[in-house]
Amino acid sequence: MNQQELQALRAMIATHKRWDYMFGVLGILALMLALMTFVALFADMAVNGLGRINVDFLTSFPSRRAANAGILSAWVGSVLVMLVTACAAVPLGVAAGVYLEEYAPKNWVTDIIEINVTNLAGVPSIIYGLLALGLFVYTFGLGQSILTAGLTLALLILPIVIVATREAIRAIPQIIREGAYACGATTWQVVSDHIVPYSSAGILTGVIIGMARAIGETAPIITVGALTFIAFLPTAPFAGDPPAGLFDWLFAPFTVMPIQMFNWTSRPEAAFLNNAAAAGLILVLMTLTMNGLAIWLRYRLRKNIKW
Amino acid sequence: MNSYEATAGRLDVMSPPSDRLKIDHTRHIKERLIEAILFLAAFVSVFTTTAIVYILIRESWVFFQHVPLVDFLFDTQWTPLFEDAHYGIMVLLSGTITSSMVAVLVAIPLGTVIAVYLSEFAPFSVREIAKPFLELLGGIPTIIYGYFALLFLTPLLQNVFPGLPGFNLLSAGIVMGIMIIPYVASLSEDAMRAVPMALREGSYATGATRLQTALRVVIPSAISGIASAYILGISRAVGETMILAVAGGMQPNLTFNPAEPGATITSFIVQVALGDLPHGSIGYQTIFAAGLTLMLLTLVFNLIGFYMRKKYREVY
Repeated sequence: MNQQELQALRAMIATHKRWDYMFGVLGILALMLALMTFVALFADMAVNGLGRINVDFLTSFPSRRAANAGILSAWVGSVLVMLVTACAAVPLGVAAGVYLEEYAPKNWVTDIIEINVTNLAGVPSIIYGLLALGLFVYTFGLGQSILTAGLTLALLILPIVIVATREAIRAIPQIIREGAYACGATTWQVVSDHIVPYSSAGILTGVIIGMARAIGETAPIITVGALTFIAFLPTAPFAGDPPAGLFDWLFAPFTVMPIQMFNWTSRPEAAFLNNAAAAGLILVLMTLTMNGLAIWLRYRLRKNIKW
Repeated sequence: MNSYEATAGRLDVMSPPSDRLKIDHTRHIKERLIEAILFLAAFVSVFTTTAIVYILIRESWVFFQHVPLVDFLFDTQWTPLFEDAHYGIMVLLSGTITSSMVAVLVAIPLGTVIAVYLSEFAPFSVREIAKPFLELLGGIPTIIYGYFALLFLTPLLQNVFPGLPGFNLLSAGIVMGIMIIPYVASLSEDAMRAVPMALREGSYATGATRLQTALRVVIPSAISGIASAYILGISRAVGETMILAVAGGMQPNLTFNPAEPGATITSFIVQVALGDLPHGSIGYQTIFAAGLTLMLLTLVFNLIGFYMRKKYREVY
């Protein structure tokens, strides 16, 4: 190899190394861009909204005057809707996950269920809103209530809970099942005494991620017909005159945090935009806390479990 | 009958098993019942899909009794709530396509670069921090992104392009792209990480750099997973609602220019749902026809993704 060829070769290697280095920088820049967006989003809302967050903001109803408006009905609505969602989605999702992992025979019915779970995860959330409008509101006659919204969101996060449950169950070694079966346990005994308890942390992670998704979900609830201006709370059980029943609040009209924020965002006055920023800040903190908790839980789980 | 069973049979005759070993029928029934309940829970997903299809088709059916399909597909105006009603879905589709294009142009390059970086370049510690961070970014409610597009990005873009209207598809699309970066990056990275180390080692052994290995070995091997990540991202963008409802403006506008305001299928549904439409009116049925279109659109993307995964899957 003569000197010239060697030089050309070195030049080529240097070029490739330069490209390699440049791509590394590009990767960091792309990550930084995502990070900067996050920081900008958070900082922008904090600057505009932090001044509005105080006790009055949390304990006041929405108002026509921006300075008096608060998010009391919104956060109470969100909490109640989440309660319904959790009560519906957790048992259904865990049961479905357990069935698919521990019971389901290999046949076409199981295939259809699995395809449906995968598909439902890709259906846009607003389609769930239309489903709820046609089915829960008008066919079942549940009205535009907390119950309807909670069930809608439960259907929405069901695939998330099912997939998390299945993954958690799949991580349990086969010997655990074999040990229990060898002692004469029935399938249900294996499931209730071993499978569900051992996978509970993984399931919890999935449930928290699902709930974090549900609490920020706006479109399906608007479609169901949540009102944007609610200046009262659902009656507490056994309160009021005549006394309400234990579950009357399920059928009350409601609003939720993201809808309250949407309402304020679509007003032209700057004062309402500050309210929107404040509500958004609280909403973001709520979802970040939930997601962060889930990530931390998963991290702990990966580190601590040794079968 | 083999000798073991014969022995067992003889033993049976000699000393009947104690009650403890008899099949407990109540226990059997209870097991069956529980299995049936669990099956029903799993079947809810099938029920949900069926219900979605049924509701959308039932309401759209009534809609298409009033509006001929040809008008729905080829009319160039969308004014369902006006006196002179026109139902040209093209108008809404143009908004959906335009904003999704912008989102895809942002998300696919950035998402791919991040995925390649995390999978092939980043040290372990960076990846351990970046992955959960991307996950957090993906968990932010879309209404927040909508607020961000309208009140942060649009004013920023107006400094660069002074003629940009306050509501436009461009800033909504860009923010939508940022929203789907985590999905694209995370799924593509999973696909790239699934490529066996031996392939990379072979490439490195011939003297290739990390970038050459990534571009010529890892990406081609992981292409089915990466392509389905793209498809999933596009499908998210098409179905995204709140960012467009907040920042895109809701005027139906047959345009492919992202610098204009426009309505999409999703933001139209929100707009109608915010108003007070009586059950059974034509306006009410319109949102189901729009929803059916959206559903078919995402179904097509999901099928393409499924097909791609199947066709280009590399088996190691």
